[in-house]
Amino acid sequence: MADPALAAALPRVVSQRSALVHGFAHFRYVMTANPVTLLAFVLLAGMIMIAIFGPALVPYDPLATLADKALQPPSTAHWFGTDQLGRDVFSRVVAATRLDMLISVSAVAISFVCGATLGAFAGFWGGWFDKLSGRFLDTIMAFPLFVLAMGIVAAAGNTIQNIVIATAVINLPFYARVARAEVSIRRNTGYVQAARLSGNTDIRILLMKILPNTLPPMMVQLSLNMGWAILNAAGLSFIGLGVRPPTAEWGIMVAEGANFIISGEWWLAFFPGGALMLAVFTFNLLGDGLRDLVDPLRRT
Amino acid sequence: MSNPPLLAIEDLCVEFATRRGPVTAVRSVTLQIAKGETLGIVGESGSGKSVTSYAVMRILDRAGRIVSGSIRFGGMGLHDADEDAMSDLRGREISMIFQNPRAALNPIRPVGKQIEDVLIRHAQTTHDAARDKAIEALERVQIRDAAQRYHAYPFELSGGMCQRVVIAIALACKPQLLIADEPTTGLDVTTQKAVMELVNDLTRSRGMASILITHDLGLAGEYCDRIIVMEKGEVVEAQAARELFTAPTHPYTRRLIRATPHAASSVRDLLPEELRTQEKSPAAPLATSTAPILEVAELVKEFNLPGGLWQRLKRRRKGESQAFRAVDGISFHINRGESVGLVGESGCGKSTTAAMVVRLLDPTSGSIRFKSRELSYQRAEQFVRSPLRRELQMVFQDAHESLNPRSTAAQSIADPLLRIEGLTDSAEIRARIEHVAMQVGLPRELLDRLPHQLSGGQKARVGIARAIVTQPELLILDEPTAALDVSVQAVVLNLLADLKAEFGMSYLFVSHDLEVVRLLCERVIIMRAGRIVEHGPVAQILSAPAADYTKELLAAIPRPAHLLPVC
Repeated sequence: MADPALAAALPRVVSQRSALVHGFAHFRYVMTANPVTLLAFVLLAGMIMIAIFGPALVPYDPLATLADKALQPPSTAHWFGTDQLGRDVFSRVVAATRLDMLISVSAVAISFVCGATLGAFAGFWGGWFDKLSGRFLDTIMAFPLFVLAMGIVAAAGNTIQNIVIATAVINLPFYARVARAEVSIRRNTGYVQAARLSGNTDIRILLMKILPNTLPPMMVQLSLNMGWAILNAAGLSFIGLGVRPPTAEWGIMVAEGANFIISGEWWLAFFPGGALMLAVFTFNLLGDGLRDLVDPLRRT
Repeated sequence: MSNPPLLAIEDLCVEFATRRGPVTAVRSVTLQIAKGETLGIVGESGSGKSVTSYAVMRILDRAGRIVSGSIRFGGMGLHDADEDAMSDLRGREISMIFQNPRAALNPIRPVGKQIEDVLIRHAQTTHDAARDKAIEALERVQIRDAAQRYHAYPFELSGGMCQRVVIAIALACKPQLLIADEPTTGLDVTTQKAVMELVNDLTRSRGMASILITHDLGLAGEYCDRIIVMEKGEVVEAQAARELFTAPTHPYTRRLIRATPHAASSVRDLLPEELRTQEKSPAAPLATSTAPILEVAELVKEFNLPGGLWQRLKRRRKGESQAFRAVDGISFHINRGESVGLVGESGCGKSTTAAMVVRLLDPTSGSIRFKSRELSYQRAEQFVRSPLRRELQMVFQDAHESLNPRSTAAQSIADPLLRIEGLTDSAEIRARIEHVAMQVGLPRELLDRLPHQLSGGQKARVGIARAIVTQPELLILDEPTAALDVSVQAVVLNLLADLKAEFGMSYLFVSHDLEVVRLLCERVIIMRAGRIVEHGPVAQILSAPAADYTKELLAAIPRPAHLLPVC
């Protein structure tokens, strides 16, 4: 090798590619080591695909009403049957995936970012900021959380944006507390001291050294919360807050279908309820797998 | 040996199931212990010495299992005994003392109650008499005011006291065999001496057999009749203690004896000939006439005592101080190119002193002058940006804990280059990293590994590489070898001696081990309770100590007569 620059660049290229290969090998190991994790990731991938492509693929327009076909039981033409206005339940359940995922993902993302930041600062510096934020979070926790969410949506107005905010606010304390505890046990560990000696400023130590190490427990919290956020959004719609009819949304569909269960039209509430359950189930199973993926100790 | 042995292990093999298939931890181990005998099992980490004892107690992890071989205890086969029989046996016939006494005790139950539990479990006493028996057991392990200590929780007792309680629990039911797994690791030398003598007295007076598992040949040599040396799951040598030291037959035993600092006269003697590095001549003749590189004067550090307003008021009424003086006005200096040892037992303030000198902690008062510049004016948080930061670095006690679990070795070493020197060219950084890795003897292919993929010695090297990559003039070493095996410690000490000779660095070597300090340092400072007890040249302090405390420290080092230097 005549060119010294090329010779120097080569090992770096190799090491970058091997990092990718290692990452994939680790992903494959986590998946195969635990079949439940594999199942959870397959279900998640399916849900993401449905959320992205579902509305384009459904056999009927989820909002189109056909009065002559109202309340038909499941058949080959209408897999999940039709509702009281003759709308295809299958198309509506599939189309609702996008909205429900959007609400829960954005709500959890907001509370994850805000809660982790708040908790990390409180755990790292302590003092008056810790006390103040701690009491603020206690105040949120003191309310029955669903009632608080109802209150926020009712007061701020019945929009999707406000559902997201309400869901984010009630989940905030959980992230803040986990982050605070995880940061405060790490703030004087050896590698943090060593980072100080290496010339890192406090803020850099917090963001680059401590926060990444708190990811494994945060991931478990995150996935549990996702399921909970979906339930919360559906619950708000169920009681008539938030998403309004005729928009396809699992909570509304269950609420509307509930009136027909007594008269024997079970499919109206059963299928959206099943979708809701499957989504919550997926996110709850996901936790351990996500933690194993971001935990460096699981790598060999 | 006419009477049958108390414990006979025959051809024992233990396997652990791991991600990469089964790993054999113990392979065909055979050993016997007679009644009243003390057997030492010596080996380095991973030698299978603890696993052997866990197999005897049948307390292996779920992943581990006895593959073949037999364990016979007084005619009873333990290797295939069922759980009921074993739980009757544990504590009554065979007892165990663990390494970390605080972890072995239930933190939320008074220690006296914990002794009662064992007595009642094995039907040695009734509920009514249990209390008296527990107090009696505490008295036997020489705990003063046993009746009051009965109510103490483990966190209220010192490490040595906790270990005494563990011993009391282990001996409460008068077992025939006591297994002590590293009983004094993590305790101070003076405490170690007291605990070991207590165990020795109690076992001998009752005619009990005991197994002492340790990594410290000196300790085993002082207290055991026979010693078994294990390496990688196999017994390599079994001899009477005296013969083992005077006529070791296996090369591994010889290497182990050589690596133990007690006998060595210089740091080079610790390594076998083939591993020794060429003696490096100092890069430049050291000018000793220049001003000291570090001068510390009247340094004080106070920590606020815990407690709320009420306790503070109570202390004020009693006229007590609201603060605890961890470091109480100490003064010393370090010359350029000199190594100074800072020795003391846990809680004496030596680590606090080191943290203040390296500017991780602000002193309450006093001055720290580094290269004739006063450092204590600048707060610890601001010192990060000082140009002196790169000249004042530290190697931490626990190499594993001091490395970010998410950073590879190369990333950890690169951190000071990026932050202190502000290098941006990745080729230059890589070159510097590889250069320093070569200096500390870290193979290049290990640089892309995460800390948990490295061995203890390799992690120590990464820690040292990170500290010296900016070429500091003063390096503070906070017990850099305390967690390492003796053979790894020998290599690391040699590395430190080489680096000092090559770059003319000065060391402040914080340690509890006088033997290690003797080999590496020119001068030594003995600290106790935040004050300097004695200081002076190493040879003088070790041969003719003036202070009583120094004498006590020296006497407590386990040093069997047959391990003295053979010059």
